[in-house]
Amino acid sequence: MAGPSLPLKDHWQEQRLFLSRIIAAGVVIVLLTSLLVLRLVQLQIFDYQRFSDLSQGNRFRIEPLPPNRGLIYDRNGIVIAENQPSWELVAIGEEIDNLQETLTALEKLGLTDPSEHNSLRDLIRSHRGFERVKLSNLTEEQAATFAVRRHRFPGIDIQEALVRYYPFGEASAHAVGYVGSISAADLDRIDRSEYAASSQIGKAGIERAYEATLHGRVGYRQQVVNAQGRVLFDPTVHSHADNIANFIDGLESKAPVPGDNIVLSLDMRLQLAAQEALKDLRGAAVAIDPRSGDVLALVSTPSFDPNRFAAGLSRADYNALTIDVDKPLLNRALAGVYPPGSTVKPFIGLTALEHESIDPHKQVYCPGEWHLPGQTHKYREGRGGVHGPVDLHEAIVRSCDVYFYQLAVAIGIDDIASGLKAFGFGATTGLDIEGEKAGIVPSPEWKKRRFSRREDQVWFPGETVNTGVGQGYMLVTPLQLAHAEATLAARGEGHPPRLLIGVEDGVTRQVKYLDPAFLPKVEHQQEHWDFVRDAMVGVTSELHGTARDPMKGINYKVAGKTGTAQVFTVAQDEKYREADVDERLRDHGLFVAYAPAEAPRIALAIIVENGGGGARAAAPVARKIFDAYFAAEGYVAREP
Amino acid sequence: MSLASLEWGRATGAGRRRPFGGIVVDVPLLVLLCLTAGVGFVVLYSALGADMGLLIRQGMRFLLGLGAFFVLSQLPPRYLRIFTPWVFFLGLGLLLVVMVEGEIGKGAQRWLDLGVVRFQPSEIMKLAAPMMVAWFMHERRLPPTFLQTVAMVLIVCVPAGLIAEQPDLGTALLVIAAGGLTILLAGISVWIMLAAVVAAVSAAPVLWHFMHDYQRARVFVFLNPESDPLGTGYNTIQAKIAIGSGGLFGKGWMNGTQAHLEFLPERSTDFIFAVMGEEFGLLGLLLLVVLYLAIVGRGLYIASQAQDTFTRLLAGALSLTFFFYVFVNAGMVSGLLPIVGVPLPLVSAGGTSMVTLLAGFGMLASIHGHRKLMAP
Repeated sequence: MAGPSLPLKDHWQEQRLFLSRIIAAGVVIVLLTSLLVLRLVQLQIFDYQRFSDLSQGNRFRIEPLPPNRGLIYDRNGIVIAENQPSWELVAIGEEIDNLQETLTALEKLGLTDPSEHNSLRDLIRSHRGFERVKLSNLTEEQAATFAVRRHRFPGIDIQEALVRYYPFGEASAHAVGYVGSISAADLDRIDRSEYAASSQIGKAGIERAYEATLHGRVGYRQQVVNAQGRVLFDPTVHSHADNIANFIDGLESKAPVPGDNIVLSLDMRLQLAAQEALKDLRGAAVAIDPRSGDVLALVSTPSFDPNRFAAGLSRADYNALTIDVDKPLLNRALAGVYPPGSTVKPFIGLTALEHESIDPHKQVYCPGEWHLPGQTHKYREGRGGVHGPVDLHEAIVRSCDVYFYQLAVAIGIDDIASGLKAFGFGATTGLDIEGEKAGIVPSPEWKKRRFSRREDQVWFPGETVNTGVGQGYMLVTPLQLAHAEATLAARGEGHPPRLLIGVEDGVTRQVKYLDPAFLPKVEHQQEHWDFVRDAMVGVTSELHGTARDPMKGINYKVAGKTGTAQVFTVAQDEKYREADVDERLRDHGLFVAYAPAEAPRIALAIIVENGGGGARAAAPVARKIFDAYFAAEGYVAREP
Repeated sequence: MSLASLEWGRATGAGRRRPFGGIVVDVPLLVLLCLTAGVGFVVLYSALGADMGLLIRQGMRFLLGLGAFFVLSQLPPRYLRIFTPWVFFLGLGLLLVVMVEGEIGKGAQRWLDLGVVRFQPSEIMKLAAPMMVAWFMHERRLPPTFLQTVAMVLIVCVPAGLIAEQPDLGTALLVIAAGGLTILLAGISVWIMLAAVVAAVSAAPVLWHFMHDYQRARVFVFLNPESDPLGTGYNTIQAKIAIGSGGLFGKGWMNGTQAHLEFLPERSTDFIFAVMGEEFGLLGLLLLVVLYLAIVGRGLYIASQAQDTFTRLLAGALSLTFFFYVFVNAGMVSGLLPIVGVPLPLVSAGGTSMVTLLAGFGMLASIHGHRKLMAP
């Protein structure tokens, strides 16, 4: 007998339980199905007219709206990059009858580039039929040409667009960069829906580095268009009273959010002065405020017109720029590496003082050449001549190579290298735009890393001698030189150089300025800083100072140093004579300086490729930048 | 001929009469399935842009599924029950294999390559999970005790968790639905159900935490599709336009502008319900809904006539799961539910689920065809 506690199955009761569950499930199914049917009735009966209008008689289109790109200002609020209205030719693929014929006809009118026939065709085919595809930028004239023939081109339209414009053209190209058409490579690193309406993206310089800040956010509007793609109803253009359609309730729009504006550290007056001074030369100029690391000017010549990139550069024009022997696309200020020549002497002098390698007041006789004890190889005075007896001060003022050959040997290469690295040589400075080169500070350790063959890794005493005058393996960028000079001017309190100093909110117009960053302090005794500064002031003011002439008539003190970098090695028994040497093998001229010497507010580095000596080629450029800066600052320069 | 004799599947005792020489054929089910698939082919031909080649491939899949249907129809439910643990643990093992391979391959891994054919082990679980729950309760008393309920929940959640890990949240959801419906039919108490609902609601934030970004985006856009008309909301908006513009009678076969001008995405797979709505209107959709309801009704009838716990639970669960598929897909396309990748059964293009589905109906046919006469 089965007691009530035994787990015997009660089939009858179980079936009843199951049936009740099945019935409950049936009720739920009926309820859910009713809900679904009611939804379908709502969509297909009550909202039928609206959806039908949206889909059938007219096409319903969501048009993305491009945000206005943020503007770029210099430190005084002068506009360096802005947006100008222009015309764009666009295609709507599904409304074009014959794509090949249409493109050919447009080419005949000069509205599209025949060399891009195939890529435009593929571009149109790769988009959804109803999407607007940009074909080219039009001038006012071209837009008029098309407007009168529009009826012959179903599916082709013109629309207004904003195109980036750089009022300073060449002068701002290397610092600010430029925008260009969005390429396939760009598409991989952006949110495509954010760029649905944008046709341009930052390609270089500030425009690339701060793309996310400048771009803004896409908006959209829903439009009603007819079978030819013409807009029949657009809520942002037409009013409800236009009586074009009775289904406007469903149309929505969202305004794009403009990008933020950017304030740069550049001072366009200096930038223009530097560009003008370097015009027709190959070279670079970088000016930095030693108090903050603000880059006041950053120029590289020859330059190019960034507006051509913004307007859409043809492949042929781009290729012409890339194969130009003068390399206009190369940003010499950050990516050009040069031997620093004698511009390293103040830094090496400072290192010598720190290590007490010599008595700075003891005179050494300069006979015009020198050789290592026990060797015959002659190290000559770079610019020729015989200096006679010179001490450290005199050696910097007159740029005596013989003195520094011996000084370098006395300090030793390891201390020279660490002394130079402390000022940022041999490493990128961390400027906020891409493309910076690190340069080289040579040392035995560096040579071991650089060369793989044992015999190449040996450090020769002669290489220490060369490093003492900034020749040999050592390479620097103009930006590094200016940065090191700024740190020297600030007595070791360095700041990483920067271009961005503020961001202005695109909507609220509130500007947020950024505080300068700090680098670890370079420690030296006060009298050593003074010693080097006084010697550098001597360069521009004393009787034998190498940069005395270019700085004549200045009523404030400039601490400077000239430099000459050899491109061409003269044979042991010959003299370097400029007239004999091919123009491209002539020496590079360099000049570094800061001013006013007692309370420095600007430090700069100039390089002029194949310009001959630093005093003749580079120092005059510095003078023009100083004049532009101090004229504005209230220092009035007297003309000599 | 009497009405009763039309019911071929009905058992008539020891000398049971079968019209196909002992072969079990559930004619009402077969007819309904073929009718629905037939409607599907018509819509699919249009949705595929009149591509006969692709349609023939879909037809081949349907025939393969019918093969599974017939084979399983002949297998007495007794054997189904005996094989159940084997199938379940085989499926579980394959899921683990796929997971380990996925770890090695560093990426989503759903497919198992057997050299000749590739298939998704997660498909097996759509059937094996409800079968295992039914097997578990077969010898036990209904309704289940609390501990038994916990055991059943584990049977469902372990494979579902492995599938969700792949990550294939859509299929995991379907496995949970199939298993969960079996547990409900087993008669767990109303209180446990209520507790489960409360637990689910409170677990939502935790679930939210573990969701992928794209899944969160879907929830956001479900709540407000117009917030992202260029991105994720595009599908919903275009599907609503397609259905709504179909009206009562539809635009006519091959005349749907939303579908044929490529406004509507995934029109041959997840969004084919919208193509049907655009071209055949409300009447067409109602016909389809009636066909689906008839299939579900036949399934529930079979469940109600089943004679033991295993077959009863399995038949009921398979029928309710089928309805779940239909409702989730139709609800998603018409904007009632968020977008989850669930195809419309028997109509959407695409292979593996068609075979699994028809195999399940084969079991239903078998359950009905192998009943024994019992004294009332």
